Amino acid sequence: MRITQGTFSHLPDLTDDEITAQIGYCLDNGWPLSVEFTDDPHPRNTYWEMWGLPMFDLADPAGVMLEVDACRTTHPDCYVKLNAYDARLGRQTTALSFIVQRPEPEPGFRLDRHEGADRRITYTTTSYATGRPQGERYLA
Amino acid sequence: MCAVRMNGLGDRSAVRRGFAMPGSAVAPAPEVAPVDDGGAAPSLAPDAVVDLAAERSATGVDELLAVLDAELVGLAPVKARIAEIAALLLVDRTRARFGISTAPPNLHMCFTGGPGTGKTTVALRMAGLLHRLGYLRRGHLVTVTRDDLVGQYVGHTAPKTRDVLKRAMGGVLFIDEAYYLHKAENERDYGSESIEILLQVMENHRDDVVVILAGYAAEMDVFFRSNPGMSSRIAHHITFPAYTADELEQIADRMADQLGYVFAPDTRPVLRDYLERRMARPRFANARSVRNAVERARLRQARRLVDGPDPRVDRDALTTIEPADLLASRVFDPEPDGTEPGERGTAEGCGSGTMPE
Ligand SMILES: Nc1ncnc2c1ncn2[C@@H]1O[C@H](COP(=O)(O)OP(=O)(O)OP(=O)(O)O)[C@@H](O)[C@H]1O
Ligand SMILES: [Mg+2]
Repeated sequence: MRITQGTFSHLPDLTDDEITAQIGYCLDNGWPLSVEFTDDPHPRNTYWEMWGLPMFDLADPAGVMLEVDACRTTHPDCYVKLNAYDARLGRQTTALSFIVQRPEPEPGFRLDRHEGADRRITYTTTSYATGRPQGERYLA
Repeated sequence: MCAVRMNGLGDRSAVRRGFAMPGSAVAPAPEVAPVDDGGAAPSLAPDAVVDLAAERSATGVDELLAVLDAELVGLAPVKARIAEIAALLLVDRTRARFGISTAPPNLHMCFTGGPGTGKTTVALRMAGLLHRLGYLRRGHLVTVTRDDLVGQYVGHTAPKTRDVLKRAMGGVLFIDEAYYLHKAENERDYGSESIEILLQVMENHRDDVVVILAGYAAEMDVFFRSNPGMSSRIAHHITFPAYTADELEQIADRMADQLGYVFAPDTRPVLRDYLERRMARPRFANARSVRNAVERARLRQARRLVDGPDPRVDRDALTTIEPADLLASRVFDPEPDGTEPGERGTAEGCGSGTMPE
């Protein structure tokens, strides 16, 4: 099941040239970017691992792509995303966030129903991938 | 994390191949695309004829070269090389329009020459020039020295160097006094780690960043001897010649002009004499010594006007440098003491010719 998180995730995967163009848009707006990765794609998992610190003072997308590629090479079996921060409001505001790598295959989520008192049902989603330990979740 | 991040410096196209998403046409590096008109230039038929002069005036290179020529005195070999690079980029661009595949030329440079011969000044201009020629996407300049690249403990250097390189992408990375990067006497110095990363990026990201090293000839020679990989990755080794007395005089004229001063007619021979004496002194720093001389003459002129017997001044008096303003210099002392000539009657520290920048 294809994960749809962040901007563009209903589109076909962006090519590197398209990613570069998006990064250029962010830099032109003065938004620093950061790279994050995870192998736990649960929608409520907001704490992806940081790939280094946010990159300030960059002028050109090539510098960001360098880190994107470095992260992809080191973590070929993880989701990788780019975040762009707009600091104009004086706080960390994510202006754009999109996935730049996804593992293959993506097994998707199981829906669990828990029946409680008065037959009340609570639902929870569990990623099939997280059934396996970290680092072994997307090894094809 | 730092150790991990180093992995990413390999060839980017290899990464692209490895992680091409299904259905996403990963384009190879656009070698054939026209350099900066975003693919708008039409592909030409094999029998087409292109007017290079028209192409050339369209890029605005000539104005840039003219400005360079007007603002920088002398430096003939440097200007010649810049003109060659401009011609090459123009021809490359035209070749591409015929569909002749052209790998981006290697434009990494090394500027060697004595103190104050204009290395830093030319490097600053190079970024704008390469941007105008469509070689660099942004054309900004990031100036660094050893301290910005090399860390102080294990694992500190790689991220530092990478951060600098990322900031420089799309523009020029200027490494002033580059020979400090390598400390021959200390084999555990982190400088070599930085050099290694620089080498990789200079090779694999040639079209993303232009690296310019600068330093004194003797020191750079030693540096290249212990880092042959660096020497061979630099296509343009440009030597900045020392200025002649004539050139120094022109430089003095221009500097005075920029500050809004003129040399009085009877100051000319004194200026010439001053420059010739100054050139013979140890630690003569070419154009920088001239700049310092002009600054000091300015100080003395101000004092002469303020302390003079007649406190009334006109426009001419305020802008004219008289012989006395130069003659007070220590270079005119009968017995040279071998130090940077200071000024008399004004405070110390208005500029020493031996300061690195
Ligand atoms: N050809 C020139 N025409 C006019 N001004 C010049 C010229 N060359 C150098 N200058 C002036 O001389 C000063 C010193 O030049 P610059 O800093 O570029 O020298 P440098 O070669 O980098 O010296 P160092 O090796 O000591 O760092 C600057 O103020 C610059 O404006
Ligand atoms: Mg310099």
